[in-house]
Amino acid sequence: MIDRKDVEHVARLTRLALTEPELERMREQLNSILAHLDTLRAVPTEGVEPTSHAVDVVNVMREDEPAPCLPRDVALANAPDPSDGLFRVPRIIEE
Amino acid sequence: MSAAASRYETVIGLEVHAQLSTRSKMFCGCPTTFGAPPNTQTCPVCLGMPGVLPVVNRRAVEFGIRTALAFSCRVNEACRFARKHYYYPDMPKNYQISQYEEPLAEDGFLEIDVEGGARSIGIQRLHLEEDVGKLLHEGTLETAQASLVDFNRSGVALMETVSRPDLSSPAEAASYLRAFRSVLIFLGVCDGNMEEGSLRCDANVSIRPRGSAPLGTKVEIKNLNSFRNVQRALEFEVRRQAQALDAGERIVQETRLWEADRGYTRSMRTKEFAHDYRYFPEPDLVPLQIDRRWVEEIRAELPELPRAWRRRAVAQYGLPPYDAEVLTQSRALVDYYEAALRESSQASGAGTDRPKVLSNWIMSELLRVLPGDDERAIKSSPIPPRHLVGLLQLIENSTISGKIAKDVFQKMFDTGQDARTIVEREGLTQVADEGALGRVIDSVMAANPKAIEDYRRGKKEAKGALIGQVMKETRGKANPALVNRLLEDKLSQT
Ligand SMILES: [Zn+2]
Repeated sequence: MIDRKDVEHVARLTRLALTEPELERMREQLNSILAHLDTLRAVPTEGVEPTSHAVDVVNVMREDEPAPCLPRDVALANAPDPSDGLFRVPRIIEE
Repeated sequence: MSAAASRYETVIGLEVHAQLSTRSKMFCGCPTTFGAPPNTQTCPVCLGMPGVLPVVNRRAVEFGIRTALAFSCRVNEACRFARKHYYYPDMPKNYQISQYEEPLAEDGFLEIDVEGGARSIGIQRLHLEEDVGKLLHEGTLETAQASLVDFNRSGVALMETVSRPDLSSPAEAASYLRAFRSVLIFLGVCDGNMEEGSLRCDANVSIRPRGSAPLGTKVEIKNLNSFRNVQRALEFEVRRQAQALDAGERIVQETRLWEADRGYTRSMRTKEFAHDYRYFPEPDLVPLQIDRRWVEEIRAELPELPRAWRRRAVAQYGLPPYDAEVLTQSRALVDYYEAALRESSQASGAGTDRPKVLSNWIMSELLRVLPGDDERAIKSSPIPPRHLVGLLQLIENSTISGKIAKDVFQKMFDTGQDARTIVEREGLTQVADEGALGRVIDSVMAANPKAIEDYRRGKKEAKGALIGQVMKETRGKANPALVNRLLEDKLSQT
């Protein structure tokens, strides 16, 4: 079971500022998701290799060849506060 | 320090991040040129745009395997990438693609030279990941209102190598880093340039009362970006921990930042959640199954590594171990030395001790004007190995004196011309003509009757003054041994 403290912890990790009602709603939703996982957990998996991909493919690699980049103005097109070709962000405060 | 060293045992492990010398980034085709204008080497993949797909750079995997083999690691048959989550503005996706449970390679070692012998330092794991962008601060860090982000470095291939906590002093840690860097450079997988950030180091350090079994609380130190800083930061940290334990305090498990300018470490983040990275397998990248034949191909092409070269140089060329150590500070320097030796063996009039003479000239003259650990500087030396050998030949056949040769060396460096061209143009050929020298000596003797008088009365140092005068008259071009002999003949005759 996920309690309020867990939700607050996860919210901090993901930099989400949740209101009181949102915290409570998330707690309920996360618990219902975990309940689904309990259903899955009931499936016998003895001797089954863990799967991280639905496709059975390995070794997809590319050659070390440089390719064209984005023009800088395009790269910065969505930046809210570009400055001299750089992304400007609020000052970082160490926790 | 020494007091702390006697009461406590130091336990250090190093994590080294090396930028791989691939032409394109780890998961996209953006070039990796250092110093390009900000944000000109980015694409949707390394900017972390939604919906893009990373693809593994084969060369980066090859470099990882090459390094793993050099450290005698086990290259895992199956390896996988994972997402490591944290928030920082230099990382656009809010996760870094790294490796976690299934790294590329594990369980190797690196031999380092320590006082009184060699030690084998365990390497726990080696994995591949991507670099993050670069943060610049507006104004000073304390007063900055904003930070500026350059994503050119974002996604550049990084190799992280974690040592076992086998290092027992700050000096050993610095020695490990030196040996590590030199192996990477010899392998050609990283340029080893610490100023440009191609090689970065973090350390885990703890101390415990000498002889006690349990490990002390370990502290992570970041920002150790030169050999000197590794040693200074660790020395500071060992002293700090010893003082805390002496005062009955507890060591807090934390990350500390080395402030090189101020010479101390300071606490960085103490909140526990900072290390809650929530790793999970990267769904956008399929696993790697490393083909054994590929590994064997890479193994077959491993170059000679620094330690092996040093052993061979001592045995085969008769070099002192010190010389061999100096020469292995970069691959370019070893290549330079080997090329000079080859030139020398083809050149006429080879002296009996060319290997040692060459290393003397490289150590005392070439490394005076070029940084020996700078691959590019050595490779593009204005004095190529052939020119150095040419200069040595002029000394050996007495065309010029050793003293003049040093001036010629400087002129060769400044102009890129060979020794003979400079010597002929500037008329620096040594005067070895007995008749010509004899006339100079006669005139010097005629002008210094008092010195001759002194010499006859038993003041032997008067001869030195006369030799000095002859050298001055010939502007240093006289063959000193010949001057000495001629002068002695003349003094005994008169
Ligand atoms: Zn890119």
